[in-house]
Amino acid sequence: MLHGYAPALLNGSLLTLALALASLALACLLGLAFAAARLSRSRALQALSLAYTTLIRGVPDLVLMLLVFFGGQLAVNALAQRLGHADYIDVDPFIAGTLTIGFIFGAYLSETFRGAFLALPAGQREAALACGLSRAQTLRRIELPQMLRHALPALSNNWLVLVKSTAIVSVIGLNDMMLRATQAAGATREPFVFYAAAALIYLAITSASELGFKALQRKASVGVRAGSL
Amino acid sequence: MNFEPIFESASLYAGGLVVTLQLLAISLVLGLAAALPLAVLRVLPSRWVHGPVWLFTYVIRGTPLLVQLFLIYYGLAQFEAVRESFAWPWLQSAWFCACLAFAINTSAYTTEIIAGALRATPHGELEAARALGLTRVQLWRRILLPSALRRALPAYGNEAVLMLHATSLASVVTLLDLTGAAREVNARFYLPFEAFLTAGAIYLVVTLALVGALHGVERRWLAHLRPRT
Repeated sequence: MLHGYAPALLNGSLLTLALALASLALACLLGLAFAAARLSRSRALQALSLAYTTLIRGVPDLVLMLLVFFGGQLAVNALAQRLGHADYIDVDPFIAGTLTIGFIFGAYLSETFRGAFLALPAGQREAALACGLSRAQTLRRIELPQMLRHALPALSNNWLVLVKSTAIVSVIGLNDMMLRATQAAGATREPFVFYAAAALIYLAITSASELGFKALQRKASVGVRAGSL
Repeated sequence: MNFEPIFESASLYAGGLVVTLQLLAISLVLGLAAALPLAVLRVLPSRWVHGPVWLFTYVIRGTPLLVQLFLIYYGLAQFEAVRESFAWPWLQSAWFCACLAFAINTSAYTTEIIAGALRATPHGELEAARALGLTRVQLWRRILLPSALRRALPAYGNEAVLMLHATSLASVVTLLDLTGAAREVNARFYLPFEAFLTAGAIYLVVTLALVGALHGVERRWLAHLRPRT
């Protein structure tokens, strides 16, 4: 039914997954850093974090991606020329896509992490410091593990949105599942079949993620008593 | 930075903004009109009624909007029955297909938002309505829907903002919306930073205006939930 294009599609889905995971890693780092900035005592850091989350969340991801891809192309080449490099450099769509999606979801995750940190009872931190743990130890052993439980539901939502937004990286030419579906559709003149196949693979990824996050949530909530209605 | 050509293309951006706002308004109105009855069906107890609605929202929410747009715009043309049907002149138009895809997409998310608000109806409101002898129709029209739609407002506001950003995908199917205008300017003058930053700034302004308007609506319709001072 797929005229032998099934392996190409599946390979493309691996690239899609790799892109999503790389973006998630970057987004988590940025999210934690900007959540820390927002919760810090410095006014300047707070303002910087607020500006980042507001600006990024107010602009469509496609516009940011085109900006990073085409703008990055221009900037990299201008820089290379100044350094005496004569050849034209192409910006890799995978890197441009990872940077853009990572930056966008970093903004969403910083709000998630900030809320999760605020949900921790202050006594946890005070008790850890009173026991003689250093600030780094308190963060790593006491605050982060507990914060994760509060962050998981929103993290799961953000991950699902992130996976779906990887589809637009095909617009800047990444040879992912979407672009391969388009190529196969053009060659066989059966666009519906191939876009439906791509949709099913995306659905499989999101469904599997949802199950995975449910299991994680169960694991993170061991020992938490839920009130029954 | 050279913004001279951007000012010369102001009419292109203005036209793009109009297309973006049209796409947003049409998809939100159609999406909400479809979501209301779907949400009611979604919370009814019968499995045969809420099952199909669940499947619809699950599939739409589990796949990227870009895939849905491609399925409608490029995919449907594969079938001869579609090409010979009365709907073909419309399905050939990128504008119609974009509106259709956006409306279907937002209707799925809106259905879940309203269904969630319906399920969160306080038990006492239902009991009181039944105790007063309201019929089923009266119960839905006077108690359940007005109360649930108010509760759904903050989440729906988020969905409206996400939809504004989602309309940027229209530029991928050749429409000259705000993003399409920026791509056109970039292609003409090769000024990626100026072209996309301008579009991003306009999106930001529209987003902030939309958020402001929604806050105004919330102040009016959720006045009873505000903390008393």
